[in-house]
Amino acid sequence: MADFVSDFWSHYVSIITIVSIIACFLLAFLTSRAKLPQPVNGEVETTGHVWDEDLAELNNPLPRWWLYLFYITCVFSAGYLILYPGLGSFKGTLSWSATGQYDEEVARMDEVTAPLFVGYLAQEIPEVAANPDAVAMGERLFLTYCSQCHGSDARGSRSFPNLADNDWLGTGTPEHIKNTVLNGRNAVMPPMVAAIGNTPEDVTAMANYVLSLSDSRHDAALAEKAKPRFAVCGACHGMDGKGNPAIGAPNLTDDVWLYGGSLSSVEYAINNGLNNRMPAFGELLGEGKAHVVAAYIWSLSNTPEETASAN
Amino acid sequence: MSTTMNEAAALVDSEREDLQVESKDTYNYKVVRQFAVMTVVWGVVGMLVGVIIAAQLTWPELNGGVPWISFGRLRPLHTNAVIFAFGGSALFATGYYVVQRTCQARLWGGWLVPFTFWGWQTVIVLAAITLPLGITQSKEYAELEWPIDILIALVWVAFALVFFGTIVKRKTPHIYVANWFYGGYILAVAVLHIVNSAAVPVTMGKSYSAYAGVQDAMVQWWYGHNAVGFFLTAGFLGMMYYFIPKQAGRPIYSYRLSIVHFWALIFTYMWAGPHHLHYTALPDWTQSVGMVFSLILLAPSWGGMINGIMTLSGAWHKLRTDPILKFLIVSLSFYGMSTFEGPMMAIKTVNALSHYTDWTIGHVHSGALGWVGMITMGSIYYLIPRLFGRTQMYSVKLIEVHFWIATLGIVLYIAAMWIAGVMQGLMWRATNPDGTLVYAFIEAVKATHPYFMMRFFGGLLYLSGMLLMLYNMIMTIRQGKHAVAAIPVTQSGHGHDAAPVAASVAQS
Repeated sequence: MADFVSDFWSHYVSIITIVSIIACFLLAFLTSRAKLPQPVNGEVETTGHVWDEDLAELNNPLPRWWLYLFYITCVFSAGYLILYPGLGSFKGTLSWSATGQYDEEVARMDEVTAPLFVGYLAQEIPEVAANPDAVAMGERLFLTYCSQCHGSDARGSRSFPNLADNDWLGTGTPEHIKNTVLNGRNAVMPPMVAAIGNTPEDVTAMANYVLSLSDSRHDAALAEKAKPRFAVCGACHGMDGKGNPAIGAPNLTDDVWLYGGSLSSVEYAINNGLNNRMPAFGELLGEGKAHVVAAYIWSLSNTPEETASAN
Repeated sequence: MSTTMNEAAALVDSEREDLQVESKDTYNYKVVRQFAVMTVVWGVVGMLVGVIIAAQLTWPELNGGVPWISFGRLRPLHTNAVIFAFGGSALFATGYYVVQRTCQARLWGGWLVPFTFWGWQTVIVLAAITLPLGITQSKEYAELEWPIDILIALVWVAFALVFFGTIVKRKTPHIYVANWFYGGYILAVAVLHIVNSAAVPVTMGKSYSAYAGVQDAMVQWWYGHNAVGFFLTAGFLGMMYYFIPKQAGRPIYSYRLSIVHFWALIFTYMWAGPHHLHYTALPDWTQSVGMVFSLILLAPSWGGMINGIMTLSGAWHKLRTDPILKFLIVSLSFYGMSTFEGPMMAIKTVNALSHYTDWTIGHVHSGALGWVGMITMGSIYYLIPRLFGRTQMYSVKLIEVHFWIATLGIVLYIAAMWIAGVMQGLMWRATNPDGTLVYAFIEAVKATHPYFMMRFFGGLLYLSGMLLMLYNMIMTIRQGKHAVAAIPVTQSGHGHDAAPVAASVAQS
């Protein structure tokens, strides 16, 4: 009944559907049975009506094969509506439903893959990463779910972190990576313009100082001028500018720029702040897949054997 | 003897004198001419936009980063231009011509007649402005915003008044089969357009649909599929029922078949919309009902094809020499092919593979390029010389060339999309034993690229054919003069004793 506010509508739909199929059948059947004028001397005659000088219509009967084709589709339809849901809230004798089919297919696949994931979940991520089958599976999962943002080669692009360069906003530990996959991340840098002096000149000077930290192209005099004010930035990025993985504050000294390393990009960040978000995949993937995909991502920057022996 | 001949010649001359201008005793050819010419013009424009977006799919950088010419905005412009500007103008031109000649009556309605022409052209121009600007209701084939929708409704009501007004004042005792189809199409499109376009306006360029959620989707696809069924099928069957027997010089194969397939077609189409929403939030029962009626639709559709093709029996040899007949008959083959393919794709199991792939695009274009396009081209090639006082087009050879280029273009187009579509469907659903997908989405895109290129060339060929048609039309018009045709006084309809139609050419 779920699709209908009352039984009335269910009956209404059923009756109108059945009547319509029967009507199609009868239309063909009765027309085919009605008598046609007999051909004269083997020639089929026209109806006698003429339009626009020479337009006429012959009295040929309905082609038999066509008529049977019509009947077959009507009969098939009736049979289909007995087997499958269609007549209002009648579920059909097969009790098929689209959600049922989906659940069934998922359950069937889970049956195959569940033991696989139980095995992987029992292992630490570096151990999983040492298993070529698991890494291959992780890569396929990555290509399906992660590559849209991070790229097929996991090297990211502007605003989307490179996951293959062993440079991490977070700690880069296997657990941290898995946690990010499961729960997502929100990255926020507030606009800092008011805190560092409020004028465009101050912003330009600070941007030059930030660039000087990685020895990127900068104006040394301006950078020197802004240096004392960096303290307020240091609250997150550290006084030496080397970042803070615990809160995901980037290292400003390594010449890796997620949002661009030009003067204007840095100025933009100081003026407007930055907001970035990676969605949580826990619900979509489940822990097993997240574990395997984390192992793949971790393997891009680490060699499992070394770590295993180090352990 | 010679005196009699001179007298006769004088009589003919004086008749011609009388017929230099259209009057209440002549058919209204002016509006037919206007729509016929615009059919070809909008055909070129709409197909050009189609080729541009096909190129953009192949080489995405072609949009140059300009929002107004990006795929998302040009695609609705393409569909609106080919369906409503090209197809619509063709339906107006042929509908007005057919209803007059088969009713032996001048179009009824006075100023309503030019209003339908100028109103419809205004709609098209407004569409060409608003769609690239991104002003849209986001309903497929019903993108135009509410002020334009209101203008469409007004033009359509005027069209209905003119058409049925002419039927009412007809001098023939029976209503010819082509007019049933034109009439059914006009009524159904009015209902479809008004119901689906119901919206709450917010500003001049923004409105919200009157329906919500899955109901909105269902109303949209009830509209969408019937836009195919009535605008692109019933109307063009009307065209078929006039121009094929005319060009073949043969009677319609079976009157009885035309009755059954007419009623079954217009009845069944109305149910078929849900097959566009298989495996979505639409309730299962609605999907099933949509599917079974889509299957039942097979026979009524084929009824039209059979009736058209069998009309040629006894005149098959004409196909060899008459390129116009080639257009008309091959269009029916494509009609039969796509109306077989359609019911198959409506089966849920098949749809699970074909849905969202380029197979759908191929299916639509075998109907659009093959059926709608070719029946239109054939009919317009028939009309142009008659409207401009010529016995045939400027170059019959060019019609032949057009036919072959167009056919080759269609074959390339739909073959590319079939392969691409089935391949995409198979790639998307392929899974590894561990449950992961074998192919990332982008791999299916990469695999499709060569077929996108092939489709682009197919489209380019089809467009080239249309350009030949434009050239042929312009040359025919330059050599011709506005034809004026008198309405025969004697009723045709009670046998073959009808007086020949006095058609002549204005000497101005």
